[in-house]
Amino acid sequence: MDAPVLADMLDFVIAKYNYWGIAALMMIGLYAMIAKNNLVKKIIGMNIFQTAIILFFISIATKWDATIPIIIHGHGAHAHSIHAADYMNPLPHVLMLTAIVVSVATLGVALALAVGIFQRYETLEEDNILEQLKADESNLR
Amino acid sequence: MKRFAFIGVLLFGAVLLYSSFSFPPLGDPHAPANRHVSDDYIRDGMKETAVPNLVTAVLADYRGYDTMFEATVILAAGIACFFLLRRYRRKPAQHRLYRHIDTGVILIIEQGGKEPVDSKEFERIDYHWVPFDLVVNKAAGLMVPFLQLFALYVIFHGHHSPGGGFQGGVIFGATVILLAISRDLRSTTRLFPERTSAFLSSAGLFIYAGTGFACLLLGSNLLDYSALARLLAVDPVMARSHGILLVEIGVGMAVSAIMIWIYYNLASAGRYDEGL
Amino acid sequence: MTDQLPALIIISPLLAALLANIAGWIQKRLCFPAAVAGLLASFLCAAFLMRRVIAGGPVVYRLAGWNPPWGISYYIDNLSGAVLILVSLVALINMLANREVALTMFENRLGAFYSLYLLFVTGLMGIVITGDAFNLYVLLEIASLTGYALIGMGGGRARISSLHYVFMGTIGASLYLFGTGYLYMVTGSLNMADLAALLPQVEKVSLIEISFILCLVGLFIKMAFFPLHAWLPNAYSHAPGPSASLIAPLTTKVMIYVMIRVVLSVYRPEFVFKALPIRDLIIWIAVAAILAGSVMAFKQRRLKRMLSYIIVVEVAYMVGGFWLGNAAGMTGAMLHLLNDAMMTLCLFLAAGSIVSRVMSDEFSYLQGVFQKMPFTMVAFVAGALSVIGVPPTCGFFSKWYLISGGIAAGQYGFAAALIISSLINALLFFRVIEIGYFEPFDMHSHGAEPVFEEASAGMVVPLVATAGLILAMGFYANTLVAWFIEPIVPVVLAGGG
Repeated sequence: MDAPVLADMLDFVIAKYNYWGIAALMMIGLYAMIAKNNLVKKIIGMNIFQTAIILFFISIATKWDATIPIIIHGHGAHAHSIHAADYMNPLPHVLMLTAIVVSVATLGVALALAVGIFQRYETLEEDNILEQLKADESNLR
Repeated sequence: MKRFAFIGVLLFGAVLLYSSFSFPPLGDPHAPANRHVSDDYIRDGMKETAVPNLVTAVLADYRGYDTMFEATVILAAGIACFFLLRRYRRKPAQHRLYRHIDTGVILIIEQGGKEPVDSKEFERIDYHWVPFDLVVNKAAGLMVPFLQLFALYVIFHGHHSPGGGFQGGVIFGATVILLAISRDLRSTTRLFPERTSAFLSSAGLFIYAGTGFACLLLGSNLLDYSALARLLAVDPVMARSHGILLVEIGVGMAVSAIMIWIYYNLASAGRYDEGL
Repeated sequence: MTDQLPALIIISPLLAALLANIAGWIQKRLCFPAAVAGLLASFLCAAFLMRRVIAGGPVVYRLAGWNPPWGISYYIDNLSGAVLILVSLVALINMLANREVALTMFENRLGAFYSLYLLFVTGLMGIVITGDAFNLYVLLEIASLTGYALIGMGGGRARISSLHYVFMGTIGASLYLFGTGYLYMVTGSLNMADLAALLPQVEKVSLIEISFILCLVGLFIKMAFFPLHAWLPNAYSHAPGPSASLIAPLTTKVMIYVMIRVVLSVYRPEFVFKALPIRDLIIWIAVAAILAGSVMAFKQRRLKRMLSYIIVVEVAYMVGGFWLGNAAGMTGAMLHLLNDAMMTLCLFLAAGSIVSRVMSDEFSYLQGVFQKMPFTMVAFVAGALSVIGVPPTCGFFSKWYLISGGIAAGQYGFAAALIISSLINALLFFRVIEIGYFEPFDMHSHGAEPVFEEASAGMVVPLVATAGLILAMGFYANTLVAWFIEPIVPVVLAGGG
């Protein structure tokens, strides 16, 4: 392979590798939610899925050679003009702070429901629970 | 089911992969996402709100309405955990265990038996009682005040460094949870009762929404902190900075109380007597 | 002060929710008045705001005083004003009707119940009123989280149904968020109006297409559109009565409203209907949904479960009608959105009233229910007639628009499915009415005289009022269309697909 082609490919990989990692995380989370039998594993899958989206937004916000969005020497005598390229994009960080809180809240409610299910059925395996549900229904008839 | 899930997930991944080819390159300062609105935040944020930490400025001012509901989400989760799990009517326990603190003798008292007065000599303990561990107990107790101080620093220094109400609130909540883990739930709920956490969770959000509402009553739009300038006797830009501090305190209060509340409910499955 | 009406609509139930939570720990009797006051204030503000919108066009409210792309703004046009009134009214009626049921059902956590109730309503109203794509997600999650909790409090299988709803709902909301992320990536903005202005200039159309599909699939999950509906019947039929009659009429309707909003004011109909080849596909899925949902409803032996499947069918009406893309179809979908919320409320309230007395909603227990609970059943019949689409009720008019829209767009399959589903609905409800009216109470199979009687006045009065509203919305269907819907239907597409 020619050296320039290789360099191009390397550039391409460097420019996108974050997003591929995020795609992989999303797939893992989604798969766990659909295919796993244990309810807590499903909840963990849900959290992985949400985290992947959080990483996605944060990746959008990066700028090479930029620092965190806190203005240095903003006050007083050292005040100087501000270049937008020197600071990361603050907006996605704000949005994801919200999304993190939302995912924590969802996790809390999901765990509360799982605790309630465990109290009643004494298992967190979904197929066991479904068996018990079927048994309950046939008892009623 | 598993095969179906696998194929579905692969398809989803393929769509993501396909779309990633059209993404702007990572870290490009000229990508549209980093230009349009965000440039103005970076350039004017400091001038308009007097807060050097732009994340705080955007979080609590430009998008303060979002943040109010962010705090509401976590309040909703706290109330939901309480609503779903709290059990009041339960069968009285068959035995109660009391430990004589000085000697370590454990009394098992049958239901209906006379119970020792809650004194300094006896303490009620759980069924699954972990023996009193001096190192864990004292070490946790020693760490708590410093952690709480740090939590307050994170809340109040959020204008100038990474931090703010949510982060500080979570650290503060974690200190109480640390106590609950290193000792037991019963003694922790005596220090920080359920009622307090329920009150503080609402009260913290009340500070936030109330600040916003006060701005409305003063004739500006909801959450427009510059209206507070008259009350606080500062110029409108500084008023925004103070308004941000006010709501961050509210958020810190609410978040710490709710974290503790959620922990109580989850860890004891709503019974509030023993840990899981 | 009238400039502040939009903010008051949202902030008053929020403050009332905080008060209710505190009141639950001090004085439980105060929870209910606080909650009613919050909802009533919200309803009145929404009504006054609607007057302004009808007189002076859409209202934009800048939160925190920042201009739209930088700050968050509200955007209230005729349709969102109407949905705001609808949400607050439905929530208010349901709260009044279920006062006693809630008191016995949640005695120790009344404050938490009312607090969650109000936060749920706040979330839905916030979704409707907001003009910011990300803010919509936050409020969507508030409405969902509180919804999970309200559903999970039912006995029996409610917890497991609710947890499944959590999984599905979270995937749906996350996909919406992900789609919004794509939009943010290509435009750098989150404000809906700003996005609409920026999107046509974006070169990478494939990213917009994928973002639209992600948002749409997310919303389809949230509104239980047919192949993604699996969570709904379980969640709604196992939910406790007061929650079911709150969540069932509102959640799916508001999600359909969000779909309409996202199509009309973010991606623009020009893009959605012309550039994307998915219109026919969605209409055919809607046809399948209508037929499959009707069949599944027919198989049920419990009233609330049957009603839940009817919701799945109604969702398909609205989605299909909207995607017809012509004026009649869109008008029908929007009018049906308003009507369906009211009739679902009526049916679920009636079911709740029956359950509160008969203690079951299985068909075999409903014998003689007409003699014992005449008012409840009259209201039930009104709701049923509206779902079937019998003329004086409001359901007829929206269905008429939908069918004529289907014919105008050349989608005869859709029009036929609507007619077939009306017939099946007639059968469904006739079966219930037959058991309740004609079959006398069978003493041998139950062993004793029926002990139940008409529900209390607190329940019956709001229920009958809801039935009255169904008729009134039928009589004033043209006014509703003229006030709320006509100004919104995009002019570009009027007159044909």
